[in-house]
Amino acid sequence: MRSDPDLYDYWPYENRPKISWPGGARVAFWVAPNIEFYELDPAVNPHRQPWPKPTPDVLGYSTRDYGNRVGHIRLMNLLDKYGVRGSVSLSTALCVHHPEIIKMCRERDWEFFSHGIYNTRYTYGMSEQQEREVIEDAMATILEHTGQRCAGYLAPALTHSEQTMDLFAEAGGVYTCDLFHDDQPTPVRVRGGTKFISIPYSLEMNDTIAYVVNKIEPRRYGQMIKANFDRLYAEGADNPVVMCLPLHAYQVSHPHRLKAFEEALEYITGHSDVWITTGREIAEHWIEHHYDAAVEDIATRGKGVKA
Amino acid sequence: MSLDDSYLRYAKRQYGMDHDLYDWSMLTDRSPVVWPDQRPLALWINVSLQYFPLDQRAQPFAPPGGMVTAYPDLRHYTLRDYGNRVGIYRVFKALDRYNVSASVALNTRLAERVPYLLERVVERGHEVLCHGWDMDTLHYGGLDPKRERDIVAKSLETLRAASDQAVVGWISPAKSQSPITPQLLVEHGVEFMCDWVNDDLPYEFRTPAGSITALPQSIELEDRFVIADNGHSESEWAQQIVDACDFLIDEAQTTGGGRLLALNLHPWMIGQPHRIGALERVLEHVMGTGKAWSAGPQEIIKVWRSCQTDPDA
Repeated sequence: MRSDPDLYDYWPYENRPKISWPGGARVAFWVAPNIEFYELDPAVNPHRQPWPKPTPDVLGYSTRDYGNRVGHIRLMNLLDKYGVRGSVSLSTALCVHHPEIIKMCRERDWEFFSHGIYNTRYTYGMSEQQEREVIEDAMATILEHTGQRCAGYLAPALTHSEQTMDLFAEAGGVYTCDLFHDDQPTPVRVRGGTKFISIPYSLEMNDTIAYVVNKIEPRRYGQMIKANFDRLYAEGADNPVVMCLPLHAYQVSHPHRLKAFEEALEYITGHSDVWITTGREIAEHWIEHHYDAAVEDIATRGKGVKA
Repeated sequence: MSLDDSYLRYAKRQYGMDHDLYDWSMLTDRSPVVWPDQRPLALWINVSLQYFPLDQRAQPFAPPGGMVTAYPDLRHYTLRDYGNRVGIYRVFKALDRYNVSASVALNTRLAERVPYLLERVVERGHEVLCHGWDMDTLHYGGLDPKRERDIVAKSLETLRAASDQAVVGWISPAKSQSPITPQLLVEHGVEFMCDWVNDDLPYEFRTPAGSITALPQSIELEDRFVIADNGHSESEWAQQIVDACDFLIDEAQTTGGGRLLALNLHPWMIGQPHRIGALERVLEHVMGTGKAWSAGPQEIIKVWRSCQTDPDA
């Protein structure tokens, strides 16, 4: 075990080289609907129980299934209305279980990135070869069912190993959503030294974290999103940033929540100088235009101002 | 040591669900439901009357709302008992004031302990649902099948005899089931159950003994869940129900498919003097829209079934 993840270096938010998003936008705004499949009775990982209750965990399982049966289409209609293409954090087994949902995403030209095969299979305890196999399986499944080369990764159920970033980069991945250390993209150190980055995915703006962990009221969640955006939009006038809304249709698409969320979405997309985009587009733009300057600035200032 | 390679095998990676309990389908792909008088919204209120034993075993977990402190937890026992002695009569008044019908789900042990309460429920014309034996008699994976069969039989037979109703609806305590609970329910004449929360409308659920209707009853809108688990205020709870009501009416009018607002109430929670007003505001709003059809679960299922393209499916 390490005391530091050894994935990135310290990089002060002030005085960074300025980002230029397309159209001179202050905020690159992306929405990441998690489209997930949880198993009723998954194989058991000795490091984490899939469900808190004995099988069948009716409430746990059926709460998630609500997203697939009822929720996704509601969220799709809403994102359509405000011109947002989703970047899907995908349990790739869903391509086979529920191809109808994949088809609806494809019709909307949404991006797919890997969220593992099932959200009930955890990385903990895997050998490097096993984890590589899972990562490659998920990426191959995305290619087969959507024609897209997967660029991003959010590890299944946010379970990682020390090699996760290395293995995903080696498999051809470009960005990770697993790190919450910044409001701008940052380089992530991987063996082999390929250009691999983190882009902000915001745990704080994540609907499940807000509603379930932090017990935030639906309307207050909408207010939090607006406040988050307002500050980033103001700061983005000096140096542009990224804002992400990670969502779960089994949470945000409930009848008592979606309208309050819509008001926040309407508010954000009603601003000029917002680049409404996807994870891949942010990553590719930043790597092409800003990666080298960032690495140089980190190397210089990471040593301290007196060096 | 790494994981066994079986952890990387996925036997149920197939079209549809990873089990045979029900078919995969999206709400929007089904035949639209049309409620009586073309109302966009059906309102189903269920009042849950519960008995939490003081000598709670918590097997395999403590039920939501159950005892918390070391024995004897007089605080929580009496707070729950308050609902059956006081709160329920406030809820009755609120329902009457807005002319709203409701089903009442009882732990059978409570009906047995306080015949007056069951008599009042029946006399008032509520549809009676069985809510299992008591809140500490849970159905769960690992429960001895013979014992579970006895619990189901005793709960239903006693409640049917005492209420003089058929009692064909079921809500498990804590909405917890064993793998064979639905089958046992079918074998004992239950026609619908309300434990699975994966939909906004009923659907057919399969068991080896025949099918049973799953009538989803969201926990997300429960007074207990919102106020106790989430720690939201009573006025915030009312706001969430109002928002849900307006959303569902709007969706029904946009899509042409009727929607269902299923509200589960606990008199020990919403029947407190400072909370009952929140329920009254909710009922005033929902009924005030003029677009809600207030009905019991059997009526709702009957209409839903009549709208399915294959009514026997």
